[in-house]
Amino acid sequence: MEKEKELLRLLEKNGRMPVEKIARMLQMEIEEVRQMMSDLEKRKVILGYSAVVDWTKADVPEGVTATIDVKVQPKRGTGFDETAERIYKFKEVKALYLMSGTYDLSVVIEGATMTEVGQFVSEKLSTLESVLSTTTHFQLKKYKHDGVVFGEGEDDHRMVVSP
Amino acid sequence: MTDEKRYLSEAVNRIKPSGIRKFFDLASSMDNIISLGVGEPDYTTPWNIREASISSLERGFTSYTANAGLTELREGIAKYLDRHFNVDYDPENEVIVTSGASEAIDLAMRATVNPGDEVLVVEPSFVSYAPLVSLIGGTPVPIPTSIENGFKVTTQAIREKITDRTKGILLCFPNNPTGTVMNAGEMEEVAAVIQEHDLVVFSDEIYAEMTYDAPHVCVPALSGMRERTILISGFSKAFAMTGWRLGYVAAPEHIAAGMLKIHQYAMMCASTMAQYGAIEALENGREEMLEMVESYRQRRNYFVTALKEVGLDCHTPGGAFYAFPSIRSTGLSSEEFAEKLLFAERVAVVPGNVFGEGGEGHIRCSYAASLEQLEEAVERIGRFIKSL
Repeated sequence: MEKEKELLRLLEKNGRMPVEKIARMLQMEIEEVRQMMSDLEKRKVILGYSAVVDWTKADVPEGVTATIDVKVQPKRGTGFDETAERIYKFKEVKALYLMSGTYDLSVVIEGATMTEVGQFVSEKLSTLESVLSTTTHFQLKKYKHDGVVFGEGEDDHRMVVSP
Repeated sequence: MTDEKRYLSEAVNRIKPSGIRKFFDLASSMDNIISLGVGEPDYTTPWNIREASISSLERGFTSYTANAGLTELREGIAKYLDRHFNVDYDPENEVIVTSGASEAIDLAMRATVNPGDEVLVVEPSFVSYAPLVSLIGGTPVPIPTSIENGFKVTTQAIREKITDRTKGILLCFPNNPTGTVMNAGEMEEVAAVIQEHDLVVFSDEIYAEMTYDAPHVCVPALSGMRERTILISGFSKAFAMTGWRLGYVAAPEHIAAGMLKIHQYAMMCASTMAQYGAIEALENGREEMLEMVESYRQRRNYFVTALKEVGLDCHTPGGAFYAFPSIRSTGLSSEEFAEKLLFAERVAVVPGNVFGEGGEGHIRCSYAASLEQLEEAVERIGRFIKSL
């Protein structure tokens, strides 16, 4: 169990870490690590491996990201789940969370332009029967995402040799 | 005596400059090196600690503190030692906050050692111990350890060096530069000899949090040891706070009172802003500290295996963040190896002989570097060995 937790923490930080390296770090056999990873994948503990991309530096047109606070009328029997499902099935929706506090669902949308996101909100999201209200916030700048700082990190200021 | 030395004291003229210095000058003059020569964490201090210190400045806490340090910090240290190392100290009279563990070592020596006294120093060891003993007129007596028994100190080796003039013994486990730890049974045997000869113990436990295979053995927690032990530690390594210069000593009241006399005249008090950072480290820094320790352990596992693969004999270090492989198979001395490696492959390591007896034939490699750097460094070391 302890090894499994350690493996997950390593992969969460770097999904591309080679199994040979992981095996050494965790003092396991390479085959054991492979087995453990495939087991975690089968159990859907690991759902995928992705890259953290700074799109502002990529040579492609930048899209826009918005977080939308959504108030929802829960349904008898299914609560928020049914509405949530109707929302997350749209391909524009990158993330969806049920929240405590003054609104219910937090929807993260990515689109090519603000107009595109605006259209999605007015035509797809707010027209859902159980959606009571929406508040849209556009992201202006990404400083840190998934634990990774965008832009320059801190340099190593250590002297080259010290006691 | 040469003319320019005449203004210096005999004690200062007697001690040699640190062997690390020469290597530092050499390595500093070169570009694009991968350094495994660094004796400090590769993390910057966790932000919450830095933020607490900044906040103390903003609130105007810029004056001296009590000589022994802020009460809140001393209480925090006492609680921390009790909870994690099972030793009980009175924060009021038995804990002193110092400017780094280095000052703490100096205080401990000066408060207890008389000119002519001998102090046993388990070697290889941190470069400060022997010179600090010499500076106060004491005689450092090295107890060499070797790779054959994993650089552990044995009761026999201690007995061989004890004389009528032996006042104390300096222990540092987990050890810099070997990474060696002593288990409870081994340390108890050593403790029995120490008690038999009524020695003072200077226990430098700065790497206490960084043990990877077994819990740390805290010397004053052993039976009969608290009364004779000066526990030296600090925030530098575990909380990645080296540049803050913040350490502490814990010792029985009468010894602490003696050390406080020196500290109040020589240092007055440790840096106030650093003390506020340290309070935060003790209150809210444990989780991040444990994450760092986990990462050191993983890197140790990776690095030591990799070193062995390129043909270096290396014992598995149980703590700290150093590997201390033998380079005897190459036929080179430590200094030759380190210097040639630096010029040929631009990898900086520290020659083992600078750490005293038993260090010759080894190099100290710090694995507080990124995994990519470690990987590249081992590849270069391997290439270098093949080229010999």
